[in-house]
This record gives sequence, structure tokens and C-alpha cells, in this order.
Amino acid sequence: MKYLLLICTDEPFEAPSGELDATAWVEEMDGRGVRLDGQRLEGPEAATTVRVRDGSVLLTDGPFADTKEQMGGFDIIDCADLDEAVEIASKHPMARFGMIEVRPFWTE
Amino acid sequence: MDGVNEAVAAACTEEWGRVVASLIRFTGDWDLAEECAQDAFARALERWPHDGVPRRPGAWLTTTARNRALDRLRRSATEAATLRKVARMPGADGSLPGSPAVDPDPEVTGDGDVPDDRLRLIFTCCHPALPAEARVALTLRTLAGLSTAEIARAFLVSEPAMAQRLVRAKNKIRRAGIPFRVPSGPALAGRTATVLAVLYLLFNEGYGASAGAVPVRRELTAEAIRLTRVLAGLLPGESEVLGLLALMLLHDARRDARVDGEGALVPLEAQDRTTWDRDGIAEGLAVLDEALLRRRPGPYQVQAAVAACHASAGTAAETDWPQIALLYRELARMAPGPVVELNRAAAVAMAEGPEAGLVLVDALRDSGELAGYFPLFATRADLLRRLGRWREAAVAYREALALAPTDAERRYLDRRLAEVVGR
Repeated sequence: MKYLLLICTDEPFEAPSGELDATAWVEEMDGRGVRLDGQRLEGPEAATTVRVRDGSVLLTDGPFADTKEQMGGFDIIDCADLDEAVEIASKHPMARFGMIEVRPFWTE
Repeated sequence: MDGVNEAVAAACTEEWGRVVASLIRFTGDWDLAEECAQDAFARALERWPHDGVPRRPGAWLTTTARNRALDRLRRSATEAATLRKVARMPGADGSLPGSPAVDPDPEVTGDGDVPDDRLRLIFTCCHPALPAEARVALTLRTLAGLSTAEIARAFLVSEPAMAQRLVRAKNKIRRAGIPFRVPSGPALAGRTATVLAVLYLLFNEGYGASAGAVPVRRELTAEAIRLTRVLAGLLPGESEVLGLLALMLLHDARRDARVDGEGALVPLEAQDRTTWDRDGIAEGLAVLDEALLRRRPGPYQVQAAVAACHASAGTAAETDWPQIALLYRELARMAPGPVVELNRAAAVAMAEGPEAGLVLVDALRDSGELAGYFPLFATRADLLRRLGRWREAAVAYREALALAPTDAERRYLDRRLAEVVGR
């Protein structure tokens, strides 16, 4: 099954130096063949929200939802089931500082 | 004829969890599994009164339900992949529903690497990714075969709300990819606490059924004990699994004495101790000793120790109430909560007198934490009666009667009420 891991943090978030390097995690998951893609994202200040209403494209500065959490990145994984997805997510360094939302891909 | 139908219905109820668990493993589809199990049970109720109960009712029901599932899947092209998988299952001969094999594969419910489909079912129902209240509801529905209406009553919610909760839980299992298996390694130990809680609820649902006219449902208590035994075998190092097993065995050993000839509930002090199951008590005490030797105490072991105090007393008067009051104090420290506090109050009332108990019970009532909780009102009524405060006791018995969930409990309270009225 494919899952999207949304890597989220509380805002404001100050990364403890040196502890947040996800390189080892990426190497392990690539080695297991479960990680399909992933990226860090720019902060919400760089976000633009797009809506189309009555045929017009409306742009808003910032993320669509005014939340205390922000999405810092994502990974796409393909693994056996939720237990394996949780195991993969729990090893991500950001799980110790922020939180990781595990969402299955839509099927059928 | 009624007797036959009842025996058939009882055999069906006993096999419900096995059939559903096995069908879920075959098809991976929880709704299809339940529907096909229901069809198989309906067919058994039709046929068995004429043909006799088969030698292995569980195997008959599983085969019939599986044939029904095969038939349903054949008609629905979208399930082609599932059908291929199911058709490869041993014993799936593809015969039409209604013609189950005379002697189906006895290994039909086990595949070797995991001990029991029902244990997989309970671990799946108790997955931490499901909301806590849904775990219990789903276990009672799939494993114990309680109807949605019965579960709704036990949880004090409306039937549509409970149906919605069950649908959401089943959807989450399917969409999120929650696996149907007993986890291994650290995940197994991490999930055990939830599973133990649900097994104890299952046992209690059978021991003091929350709804209906039957106070004891043997098939549920037996199933809870059986599953706890399997779990104890899987987790030999977990002293709380043994603690829960001991607790269940010690309670279960007293079950015949709990209800009299008319079906009324008999309180512990009035029970005929010669009808207690001595072998069951001996086993419960031995399992508890084994648990305590690990020196890792926990709430189930403490509760089992309380049950052991009762089971070891030759007469009600010989009960070691000071020891029980101490154990409840320990339990309140480990697992604080109003129900534990109520039990402690009852033990204190026995050890130090009803006045001391009533102080604790009244404090609990004033806190409002157990509003609507029947045992609080029944305990309070009994303490007032023992203090000879007849008029207050009568009021309290009427309050308790309004909340009593089963006929047996209502009959007991009616009798007590008659004793205090007009004195």
C-alpha cells in the first residue's frame, strides 16, 4: 500500500542542531525499497493558495488553513500495511520533535 | 422443539467468533464476513433441528459461510482478486451454499504460524490506530456476536450512533491498511494492555451481561478465558496476562452459585460455597501464584488477589476483609477511578463497619462521577439497610431499581426493598 507521510511541526519550531538530519533515515528506507519520493518544503510564508470561483482564479498569500502546525515536508512510501508504515514513520527524526501524519493513498 | 431450537441457537452463538474470524481471514472483507456468517447461522437454525447438530458445528458453519462468500464473490466481478485468493484456500471446494462438505477440513481455521484467527481478530479490533471506544464495540460485535442494538445499550448511545461508529472503524481498517494479524516483537507487548482490557470486558459482558434477561452468558466467559490462555502462551513473560487469567478463573468458578433456581442474583455472602468449582479455584490460585512470582505487580494481579481472598474463605464470615480493603487501596493507587473507589468503599464497610463505607460511598455520589451507575446505588442502599436506616434504604433501593440493567438484579432489589419497606 502507498502512504503519504506528512512531516509536521508546531510553529514556531527551532530545530535542535544536528539532531534533525534525516539522511540516515532516507538511506535506510531507500535501501529497504519502501521510499518512493520525498522532499522538504519551504515554510508557509512561501505558500500561495489557489482557488477557482466562478471561472476566476483567486490567489491568497499563505497556506489555506491558519493552523499552529505546519507541514515541513513529505515522503511517499510503499509498504505492506499500516504497521510497517507506522514503523517507518516512527523512525523518522522529525517524529521526535514534531509529528507525522500517515495517510493512505486513495484506492478504487 | 423449543429445546432443540435453543440448543441449536446456543451452538451457533458459541461458534460466532470462530466463523467470523475465519471468514475475515479468507475474504479480508469485514462486512462480507459478517453477512455470510449470518446466512450460515440462519441456515443452521433451519436445518439442524431436522438433521441434528453436526459433529463439529464450527466447521459446518465455517464451510457454509465460506461457500456463501465464494458464491457472492463470483457474482461480483470487481472482487476478482479476492475470489482468486479465496478459491485457493484449502477446503474451498466451490460447492454451492447449502451443500457444505459433510466432513470439512478440520484445519480450516488455523494456518500454523499464528495460533488462532480469533486472537488475530481481537488484536486487529484493538489496533491503537482505532479510537478506544470503537475497539471495544468492534470486538463485541465481531468476536462475541452482540447485535449493534445490544452494544449501543451497553455504551449508552443510540443505535444509529453505534452503527456509525462500527462502520467508521471497519472503513478505517480497510482504507488505512490495518493488518489482520497478531503483531510480533515489541509491538505485541505494547498492544497487550489494550487487548487485556477488551478481554476483561468480554468476560464481564458474559459474567454480568449488561442487557437482557440472562445474567450469565457462558459462551462469552468461556471465550474470554480461552483467548486469555492463548495469549498467556504467546507472552509467557507478561505477569498481567496471568493475573487476568487468574482473575477470570476465580470469578468463573463461582458462577453456578451466583444465580438461584428462579434466576435471581445471589450476593457473595449468601452463596452456597459447596457449588463453587474447586478445580477452577485451585487453577486460579496456582496461576495467580505463578504471576506473583514474577514480582511485576499490576492491577489484574491485585484484583485476582481480591478474588482469591473470597475464594479461599470457607464461609462468608471468614472473609479477610481488612486484607481486601488493603488490596483495593493498592489498586486505587495503581489504577485510580471511581469504580475502584466504590469497591474499596464496600470492602471498608465490611472491614470497619457500614458507617465507614457509607462515608466513602456518599463522597462518590456527591462527586457525580458515577451518576447512573447502578452498583453505586445498590451498594448505598445495602449500607443504609445494614445501618437500619429503613426509610432512606427504601428510597435508595428504588433509585437502584430504576437503573438495574437485568431482570435478575431487579428481582434481588425488589426482595430487599420489600424487607425494608414498613419497618
